[in-house]
Amino acid sequence: MKMFTFAASAAILGWTSAAEAQQTLTMWYHGAGNEVESKIINEVISDFNASQSDWKVELQSFPQAAYNDSVVAGALAGNLPDILDVDGPVMPNWAWAGYLQPLKIDESKIASFLPGTKGVWNGQLYSIGLWDAAVALVTRQSTLDELGLRKPTLEQPWTRDEFMDALAKAKAAGKWDYALDLGMAWTGEWYPYAFSPFLQSFGGDIVDRSTYKTAEGALNGEAAMAFGEWWQSLFKDGYAQATQDPADRDGGFAAGKYAFSWNGNWAALGALAAFEDTVFLPAPDFGKGPKIGAASWQFGVSASSKHPEGAAAFIEFALQDKYLAAFSNGIGLIPATPTAAEMVDNYKAGGPLSVFVDYSARTSLVRPVTPGYVVQAKVFEKALADIANGADVAATLDAAVDEINADIEKNGGYGH
Amino acid sequence: MASKFTVSNRTGWLMAGPAVLLIAGFVILPFFLAIAFSFTNQRLVSPNPTEWVGLANYRQLLGVTTLTLEPVRDDSGAVVLKDGAPEYPSLRTITRNNPDRPDLAGMREWFSFSLGGDSRTYVLARDVVFMKAIVNTFIFVLVVAPVQAGLALGLALLINQRLRGINVFRAIYFMPVVVSIVVVSLLWRLIYDGQSGLLNNLLGAVSFGLIPRVDWLGNPSTALGAIIAMSIWQAVGFHMVIWLSGLQTISPTLYEAAAIEGASKWQVFRYITWPGLRNTAVLILIVITMQAFGLFAQIDVMTNGGPLDSTQTIVFQAVERGYGKQDISGGSAISVILFVIVLSISLIQRWLTREKS
Repeated sequence: MKMFTFAASAAILGWTSAAEAQQTLTMWYHGAGNEVESKIINEVISDFNASQSDWKVELQSFPQAAYNDSVVAGALAGNLPDILDVDGPVMPNWAWAGYLQPLKIDESKIASFLPGTKGVWNGQLYSIGLWDAAVALVTRQSTLDELGLRKPTLEQPWTRDEFMDALAKAKAAGKWDYALDLGMAWTGEWYPYAFSPFLQSFGGDIVDRSTYKTAEGALNGEAAMAFGEWWQSLFKDGYAQATQDPADRDGGFAAGKYAFSWNGNWAALGALAAFEDTVFLPAPDFGKGPKIGAASWQFGVSASSKHPEGAAAFIEFALQDKYLAAFSNGIGLIPATPTAAEMVDNYKAGGPLSVFVDYSARTSLVRPVTPGYVVQAKVFEKALADIANGADVAATLDAAVDEINADIEKNGGYGH
Repeated sequence: MASKFTVSNRTGWLMAGPAVLLIAGFVILPFFLAIAFSFTNQRLVSPNPTEWVGLANYRQLLGVTTLTLEPVRDDSGAVVLKDGAPEYPSLRTITRNNPDRPDLAGMREWFSFSLGGDSRTYVLARDVVFMKAIVNTFIFVLVVAPVQAGLALGLALLINQRLRGINVFRAIYFMPVVVSIVVVSLLWRLIYDGQSGLLNNLLGAVSFGLIPRVDWLGNPSTALGAIIAMSIWQAVGFHMVIWLSGLQTISPTLYEAAAIEGASKWQVFRYITWPGLRNTAVLILIVITMQAFGLFAQIDVMTNGGPLDSTQTIVFQAVERGYGKQDISGGSAISVILFVIVLSISLIQRWLTREKS
């Protein structure tokens, strides 16, 4: 008995001294339920833990749908981990609310990163992503040939007239249920992510980015009204459906229900598997150049972390090309650096998805960088859904502007 | 001086303690917090200090006014027609950036009507979505309460018989109640699907393709009806069981007496069953009304309030604002308004169904 007690206390002593030498860092991640993603992130963590003796990262994964709520609840309870991952457009909200602290990593290490992967707010880097995502107009080369359409390029994207002509021809051909699959079934962040670039290509925006104090003129000015009328015409003229069966969104293009599909790089391999001649076209130019959304999930350090240097060390460690490539190979995202892209068969020069790297580097625009974005995204989503369902364009956009402005005012300008 | 209540009930308090604490912590405390928050600008996520704003949240939610407009006239004074109807000046020009009417800033058209003559009256609301949510919720309650209670009574009468295998029917009718409302909503979303849904296929099959396909949840004129029908189906079994328990408390001797007297089936129902179910009826009506005012999960899963706000409801708006738009004060104000509505309706129901002696 005595012997046992002694052994036990010796074990406990040994354990505490080891723990003192190695400081534990907690980390939250949104990828619970995705086996491949979990495997890669666990690999990064075990590599990091083995590579040095100061820090030991411990991972806790959440399902994506519950992740943001968990962070807000954790913050209200004063219980955030050291390392967080954060969706790009939400980052300013969390930074402003005091959940995140500026990320202190070597600037030279991220010099070659895609612009959308850097989470900058108030002139400081708060988060960095290992990957970005991009959207393209998916169709088949045979469809372009059949309808007699020019294949657009980044240098010469389709103009608005060419795009509408393509839709009209596809509709007239009668071969497809609808000419265009916009992904209306994906309610939520998809709307501002995928559709606000159309508005920006028209010359409008969700909020006036010069001050971030008002949406007046940006979301209900002439350009926005033109965008709204165009958006409504897509549905009124029967080119797209305002309510979509989620199953059609996932499998409709492969089943030949749509001539064109506005979809992300994560769905690209599926489209290629369905049709060998699938092509990924750049966004149409509605006047201010082709635009697509940028910024995906990124890593940051919580404000309450007692060991920001350890958290930053982990994030810096994760920024190695081999991990960027591993995530890209595993879950199909665009690697953040050109050198990592060369390590991925899909994204290396000449690879089937390499165009996405160009689209991301040259046409992507981050969503409004403001803490109010979280609310503005919801208002924008509802306005687009209402307009698609036939609501009056001017009245709907005016109402959205009023709501956004009232919210900015209620929040004392969100610190801009 | 310990009273009898505290001393001789020590075991009782010990047993009730955990439940009392939980109810105090998760029902009573949030209730008072919501009332307090509704007078502030409390946010879900914000570094800014909370400020007292008085009734501003309520004014923002409930502000309603009317505006009468004369039609646009051309130079000769004749009314300008557009698509055969008189044209009115755009509301936008009057409510936005108009120094003459600063009181109308931020107000939007809720609905409009014409009382004869050329002029048209517009009802403007500061928060049109919330107004629509109130109207939708009331429509939902007014349809669901009587229809669900009536159907449940019918089912209860059907299964209150001594037949072989009657328990199978009881179980079938009760089954939807046991399944989570979220799962039921997901299933019904598939049933109502506009292209390949079960309902459309069924209607097409029985009408030999005469009934066109309807996008039940995507059409503003059918979405609320679809949700009403599905909600009635889902909870009807629960109220059926309550009716059944009421039916079984009625003494069989009364029915025997009625049989001897030669009463018709209707007379038996009208003079024995119905009076015997009086208290059950009051309970069911109040329970359904309260549950119907809380309509949320179906909306959240099936429509998100759309299309065109045709399925917005009060509770959905409270959650959407409080969590979705991080405006705890606005969500709290909506909760308080809902509380006042439900309380007054319950009091009216109590008064209408009181024992008259």
